Amino acid sequence: MPFALLKYGLKKDYPFEKDADLPPPTELKSHYDVVIIGGGGHGVATAYYLAKYHGITNVAILEKGYLGGGNTARNTAVIRSNYLTPEGVKFYAASVKLFEGLSNEFDFNIMYSKRGQLTLAHTDAAVRGFRQRAEINKHFGGNTELIDPQQIRELVPTLNMNPSHLPVLAGLWHMDGATARHDAVAWGYAKGATQRGVELHQLTEVTDVIVDNGRVTAIKTNRGTVGCGCAIQAVAGHSSLLAAKAGFRLPILSYPLQAMVTQPVKPFLDPLVSSPSLHCYVQQTSRGELVFGGGSDPYPLYNTRSTMDLKESLLANAVELFPFMANIRLMRQWTGLTDMTSDYSPIMGLSPVENYYLDAGWGTWGFKSTPICGKTMAELVASGGKVPALIKPFALDRFNTFRQVNEMGATAASH
Amino acid sequence: MNGPRNISEFVHGGEVRDMPDPNRCSDREWAEYVFYYDNAITVIREWWLHVASGYWFIAERHTATDEIIRTYDPSEIYKERVDFSKDAEEKTA
Repeated sequence: MPFALLKYGLKKDYPFEKDADLPPPTELKSHYDVVIIGGGGHGVATAYYLAKYHGITNVAILEKGYLGGGNTARNTAVIRSNYLTPEGVKFYAASVKLFEGLSNEFDFNIMYSKRGQLTLAHTDAAVRGFRQRAEINKHFGGNTELIDPQQIRELVPTLNMNPSHLPVLAGLWHMDGATARHDAVAWGYAKGATQRGVELHQLTEVTDVIVDNGRVTAIKTNRGTVGCGCAIQAVAGHSSLLAAKAGFRLPILSYPLQAMVTQPVKPFLDPLVSSPSLHCYVQQTSRGELVFGGGSDPYPLYNTRSTMDLKESLLANAVELFPFMANIRLMRQWTGLTDMTSDYSPIMGLSPVENYYLDAGWGTWGFKSTPICGKTMAELVASGGKVPALIKPFALDRFNTFRQVNEMGATAASH
Repeated sequence: MNGPRNISEFVHGGEVRDMPDPNRCSDREWAEYVFYYDNAITVIREWWLHVASGYWFIAERHTATDEIIRTYDPSEIYKERVDFSKDAEEKTA
């Protein structure tokens, strides 16, 4: 070890993390102004912005497992805003901006890494669709261009330009495409929130929602009942089950989404590459592992099992894109539960129950929306139910009035 | 027809539900039918298509264990043919 480093390590002003841990668990209080159900990224982000911007700190986050242990830990950590609908682009572009500044804001490294995302078009129809997406994207604050095969070759020299006899005709090059360490995002928000007085209660499962006269008055948990001024449900994957406890249904079906990662190899792939026609996306992590994902499973299920047929089809397509990958070994796989809405947009805002707010329907696009979701949900709660303009289009009510936000750019792999 | 087969031979067709009369129900009832689900952890009845043979059947499946409990021909439930033309005629008349 170099002597200078040792000397520096022994000095008093060595920059170690003073609050490395979360505050120790406490008893539940009998009443909170705000109860947030779900201690994932969205839940803790909402608490963080409530405390930071609105001075609301009498807040409890109830998490049945552990912090960020649900879908926050199970996504593929992609951040992007190359969507198709104006509502979607505005929303996700705001999220990308917040992500860029998070490490500084937290004073905690979320390992935000901007590499750009490349989506491949293999058909004329896809090229037309991408041209439209690029224009809408640019207009509403995204950073996206349509690029030709020569530019694609320069960006990703290892890519097979004729996979499955579907020649690559063009690419949607999204310069804002990035990744971040998902656990760090949850930890950063949780630490920021708890330092400001918010209580995070892990291993606290919500067993019932008490509704009195159309208003939420209390939340029953395995550790007793807590009264609440208002409640927010942010339980991706289990939104329908919790809504049923509050007494209403949601336009959601839950599907498993499987992803997997290989052993680490030398860095060769900088951008995130996806192909809607081949139902596959591939990216290389900063550790050198390759992460693969595709669309959700083909039928609804509350289960995080692994299936051989999905692995076979996904990997066959990935090997078509990068043929030399055939020799790399798969290291592990995981599954998250996706709350799919029929228009591939989230459900945010008011619910049929007064002072009970919804943050649901996050399908396969929840992680990338974490900061903006927390920020807008905090605004909604602090204003006592005045829906911010940015999330107005995502109201539950849109299904009753047939005004869906049809988001065809929702996933890198088409559904 | 029944027996163990690869899941890749089958396509999921959604839950078996009673359709409200599209000519008479309210918008809210129609939205309930088209978009909303219980999405609960339980045994559900759903439509499946065996692609190779083009055979539609009904299966009872548990949404947490993925266990298929029973499969049967739709004729066990649907005894009569649904006649849409009758409603259409009434409307134009």
